[in-house]
Amino acid sequence: MTRIFMKGCEAIAEAAVRAGCRFFAGYPITPQNEIPEYFARRMPEVGGVFIQGESEIASVNMVYGAASSGTRAMTSSSSCGISLKSEGISYAASARIPMVYCNVQRGGPGVGAIQPAQQDYFQATKAGGNGGFRMMVFAPSTVQEAIDLTYGAFDYADRDRNPVLILADGVIGTMMEPVSLPEMKPESEIEAIKQSKLKWACVGHELDYPNRSWIEPGHWNTADMQKANEEALKVYEAWEVNDVKVEEYMIDDAEVVLSAYGISGRIAAAAVDKLRAAGIKAGLIRPITVSPFPYSSYDKIDYKKCKGILSIEMSIPAQFAEDVKSAVKERCLVSTCLCSGGNIMSEQAVIDGVKKIMEGRV
Amino acid sequence: MNLIYTRTKTIQEDKVSGFCPGCMHSTVIKLIGEVIEELNVVDKTCCITGIGCCGLHMDYIAYDTITAPHGRACAVATGIKRTNPESLVFTYQGDGDLAAIGLAETLSAANRGENFTVIFVNNGIYGMTGGQMAPTTLIGMKASTAPAGRNAKEHGYPMHMCELMNVLTAPYYLVRTSCNTPANVTRTKNAIKQAFKNQLEGKGFSMVEIVTSCPTNWGMDALSALDFIQDKMLAEFPLGVIRDKSKEAD
Ligand SMILES: Cc1ncc(C[n+]2csc(CCOP(=O)(O)OP(=O)(O)O)c2C)c(N)n1
Repeated sequence: MTRIFMKGCEAIAEAAVRAGCRFFAGYPITPQNEIPEYFARRMPEVGGVFIQGESEIASVNMVYGAASSGTRAMTSSSSCGISLKSEGISYAASARIPMVYCNVQRGGPGVGAIQPAQQDYFQATKAGGNGGFRMMVFAPSTVQEAIDLTYGAFDYADRDRNPVLILADGVIGTMMEPVSLPEMKPESEIEAIKQSKLKWACVGHELDYPNRSWIEPGHWNTADMQKANEEALKVYEAWEVNDVKVEEYMIDDAEVVLSAYGISGRIAAAAVDKLRAAGIKAGLIRPITVSPFPYSSYDKIDYKKCKGILSIEMSIPAQFAEDVKSAVKERCLVSTCLCSGGNIMSEQAVIDGVKKIMEGRV
Repeated sequence: MNLIYTRTKTIQEDKVSGFCPGCMHSTVIKLIGEVIEELNVVDKTCCITGIGCCGLHMDYIAYDTITAPHGRACAVATGIKRTNPESLVFTYQGDGDLAAIGLAETLSAANRGENFTVIFVNNGIYGMTGGQMAPTTLIGMKASTAPAGRNAKEHGYPMHMCELMNVLTAPYYLVRTSCNTPANVTRTKNAIKQAFKNQLEGKGFSMVEIVTSCPTNWGMDALSALDFIQDKMLAEFPLGVIRDKSKEAD
């Protein structure tokens, strides 16, 4: 397979195009401007639609509309822009409309810092909008992984009729790496996907009341609303069984386990190799889906040997660590290694954190 | 005997209307349904419904519909129409939806000249939430959030959406009608038909603003509300074609 050199944001956009995404709307915000800019060039080449919306709110609602017509559709933003998108995401989740969006996280809260961060973990995994809905959330740690996860995200969205989030960060988005791209889906397949949604898509139907399209992001009737939430719950529960993705690296004999996602996970993996070379039996659990969270991976740790878990993330206060703690269930110490504000996690800080655990200094 | 008038098939017979007595939403929904049938486009119609009393029709219309978040109907319509240009797409919105929370989405869609139709039901008040002040509430008119009546110093003046859009280059057809008299109902129907035809011919953005009543939240009976439209609402919101590019010399 040919390998080319690509920037994360552009790679995500190209992966989406190859997966059959034919509608993108977005609003400029650093560090993800290359996503809309790439789509602006690329969509006309494949007969797709690109729109620069007047805001994140407008953009996400354009996507909600395009996806409701059966088209594979996507939007992207960064942190404070994602907050604005939460309205449309919640509507899509409630109405069970498949769509994909990407958060290239920057520092926060507020307008935050334009540099890379992982400050939106709770928003991404626990409450992407009002109403308690859930989403599959993929956290790439390399540009190649960002491509593969984006390419697959559209299938999950369609399967579940639910929004899917690619939770990237400013490092993944702006870094260039050698990658290989997945095959371009043929037009016939993209058209077939659209046709398969015609039954519920809002595009016009013959006069036939029970079978018209009525896309409802809410219900007047309480019984209907409860039923819709129960149906959604079934979908969420199936993820825990079928769709967890995780990298477990040398945890069998580990006396210390690192845990991190996204770019921090990649930095932690490099630290594990250095620690092993220095004679410390370190391992790593790197969730690739942070929702559903790979809780059971933490059951594979030998807690008789393990002196502690180091949870690593570019967020202050810690957020990801809360999920790690609930997976570890107090079977051993969980300490954190954190940075924030747009500062990138340093390998040395990770190694120092591990040494503290090994020396019983936490 | 000749059949000269019959109920539109685009409204379900077995459903009970949820509108208050004297509310004109039901009139407008009927007119839209008749036009869709007359143009023979039921099978490609998509209604993007705003949030408000306008949403009460969703249960009993017979064509495709989707609820947009409050104010976002024009953004949702943009997404649907751009990916399905063959569909007949219209938004159905109240004044709070279209002119307050959705002002950016509305004006931006008009400015892009999106090829869909906006049906704007201007009743001068927030109906669904119980009579709060709207951007179109008249000076002196009482609302639950302006108990002493709207005053210009504090609240500014009623917004004229057709006129506001008329400073944009792209919009094709901007018209204001009412449903307070039989003649005006007919004019409203004609305007809706013209707006839908424009879309089917790919002419671009059309908006039909319809001045209606909300007897419940105006605190009036239905007949007094008709007088209020005639005497007060239409004095502020004059009826007529604000722009029709088909009439402009090329
Ligand atoms: C984001 C959001 N804010 C507020 C509301 C509450 N709300 C529902 S309807 C409505 C006002 C509707 O008024 P208008 O658009 O004038 O339509 P009408 O009911 O008069 O037809 C409001 C504020 C909401 N549903 N969503």
